[in-house]
Amino acid sequence: MGERSIIARWRARVGLRDVLAQILVALVLFMAVYWLVSNVISNLERQNIASGFGFFNERAGFGINQTLIDYNEDNSYGRVLAVGLLNTLLVSVLGIAASSFLGFFIGIGRLSQNWLISKLAMVYIEIFRNVPLLLQIMFWYFGVLRNLPVPRQSFSLGEVVFLNNRGFMLPAIQAGAGAVWYLLAVIVGVGAFFWFKRRARQILVATGNIVSVWRPTGTLFLLALLTAYLIAGVPFQFDMPVLRGFNFRGGISVIPEFVALLLALSLYTASFIAEIVRAGIESVDRGQREAAAAMGLTGSQALNLVIVPQALRVIIPPLTSQYLNLTKNSSLAVAIAYPDIVSVFAGTTLTQVGQAVEIILVTMLIYLSLSLLTSLIMNWYNARIALVGGTHG
Amino acid sequence: MKMLAFQFRVATVLVCACVFSQSAVAAETLSIVKKRGHVQCGVSQGLPGFSNPDDKGNWVGMDVDICRAVAAAVFGDSEKVKFTPLSAKERFTALQSGEVDMLARNTTWSMHRDTGLGVDFTGVNYYDGQGFMVRKELGITSSLELGGASLCTNLGTTTELNAADYFRTNNMEYEIVAFEKADEAVAAYNTGRCDAYTTDQSALYAQRLKLTEPSAHVVLPEIISKEPLGPVVRQGDDQWGDIVRWAHFAMVNAEELGVTSKNVDKMKADKNPAIRRLLGVDGTFGENMGIGNDWAYHIIRTVGNYSETFERNVGKSTPLGIARGVNALWTQGGLQYAPPVR
Repeated sequence: MGERSIIARWRARVGLRDVLAQILVALVLFMAVYWLVSNVISNLERQNIASGFGFFNERAGFGINQTLIDYNEDNSYGRVLAVGLLNTLLVSVLGIAASSFLGFFIGIGRLSQNWLISKLAMVYIEIFRNVPLLLQIMFWYFGVLRNLPVPRQSFSLGEVVFLNNRGFMLPAIQAGAGAVWYLLAVIVGVGAFFWFKRRARQILVATGNIVSVWRPTGTLFLLALLTAYLIAGVPFQFDMPVLRGFNFRGGISVIPEFVALLLALSLYTASFIAEIVRAGIESVDRGQREAAAAMGLTGSQALNLVIVPQALRVIIPPLTSQYLNLTKNSSLAVAIAYPDIVSVFAGTTLTQVGQAVEIILVTMLIYLSLSLLTSLIMNWYNARIALVGGTHG
Repeated sequence: MKMLAFQFRVATVLVCACVFSQSAVAAETLSIVKKRGHVQCGVSQGLPGFSNPDDKGNWVGMDVDICRAVAAAVFGDSEKVKFTPLSAKERFTALQSGEVDMLARNTTWSMHRDTGLGVDFTGVNYYDGQGFMVRKELGITSSLELGGASLCTNLGTTTELNAADYFRTNNMEYEIVAFEKADEAVAAYNTGRCDAYTTDQSALYAQRLKLTEPSAHVVLPEIISKEPLGPVVRQGDDQWGDIVRWAHFAMVNAEELGVTSKNVDKMKADKNPAIRRLLGVDGTFGENMGIGNDWAYHIIRTVGNYSETFERNVGKSTPLGIARGVNALWTQGGLQYAPPVR
């Protein structure tokens, strides 16, 4: 009986019990992780497989054909990681922008009253979301590459932009010291846009009048540019691509691997985004559209001011998943030799160094961080529109 | 799909390394192989002459023959072997994790791989070197004329580093385009993405056969690196390492002693003590490795000697048409030399 009363008393002290339980669980978890990590290290040592992260400072010794930061063979594996990560980010960010843009229009097109537009959008969605992405990447790479000419017979646009089977060759812009005035002009333009937009909204709320934002912004921006020109002249030089030997030298070259990957990722993800946009728009009650029409709003005004802001709340969460998918899918780049993080770090570096455990762990951590960062930004945006919707709704 | 398989392999290594305090894969390969009933051999994803499935789906090639020789030594049957095609990137992980018992995958013996990866090279079954293949119409005769060229190659090979060293040493610009699979690298070169395809010279001859018009391409004469290709085993299992090492030596010794798959039964009665020891008539050399004393007899009977495997797979009468060159026996001015069975 006495024993039972101790248990009963113990049960009554819920707060202390919970804290102790949590400490115990944390301790067990910590021990488990410690045991796993120490086991990995000792087993790798027993198998004579090198371990640790010392290789980050070793000389890489291999070339990479697309680098957003300065890189050469004498740089370290750490630098290789940075180059690969930036290449992954480049294709992911541009892919997210392109697929959102395209997906949004196709999603709206899918709901169009026009039979042809709606069926075309449907055909697009069904084709692109039902063919495996790797095959699409291969198609764009080999299918398009095969039809491009060799450098000596490049397609050219006014002898400034060239297209051949080594990619796009564009002139590079080299900015002089006076370019800072042009930068200022751009900042003024952007600032003006937001200021005029706020003002237009205030006028709208106060008087119900719609005033243009673009006209004053454009005028001010042109004035700023003119001022910059008067002060600094033209502080830009163009580095033109010139055919020398096997290929073009100078300028910027956009490698075909990048174009094929970006195209495949954007077209594939756009088909999913289109369906998400359609679902979001269809979730807005029919009465909202009718009410907008009754108030005399035009079709596009109704879409921009009434339908889309409400649809966005349904669209954003699944859209976030698509952004995460696109970033992770970009690792398929390795199949067509685009130098992303999986190719140069979890590929070449892994085989040169041979430390699969460390390198795969780092790569996984980076993808995890990218995904969490994307989620964070999208959740913040989601919370913001939810709030805006709340105050007006 | 490939990536998934690779990640699975890495996961296997991780799990093995994490969970088992005594690594099961480090030692005792021979008893595992005997219990399983076949040798699991890691080969390439298709390189004519070295490891490639023929039109009936059977794996053939010089590397495949090493695998078959090991199976013959252990089981007396060269068919008791299964093959795992591996990309260059996956190969060492597959070996480390115990997914394969050995690699015979045109793999270059380098110091870093030998000392840092927990693996051991058992010998050199083909002395190779890196070369370049270009289109004939370019009119190039030397790799020193390749300044500014785009190079297609395989990701995760010594090739990438050699090319970087060579072009930098000679003050030439270059662009490297590295593919995970050899097939895609060849396809990209075929479409004109690159001016040159670079890999081991033997593989250049082999891959040229896959191009739409093989005769429109030429392999340049220069060799820019040493690529000794050989079988690989896990470090720490000396018994298994010995078996793989001596499977190759048996074939080289057999060529030197004039023993072939055709005359091996007759040779068993030969009076030459070196031949008698090799074929297990005298001595207990097989027993010392934990296998039958007639281990080499079975290798030569079912696979043949080194000359037979060379001529059958890559020699003058094959589409590859490679001469013995440095791979001739040491007695004929080449580098193939095997310690004696004694």
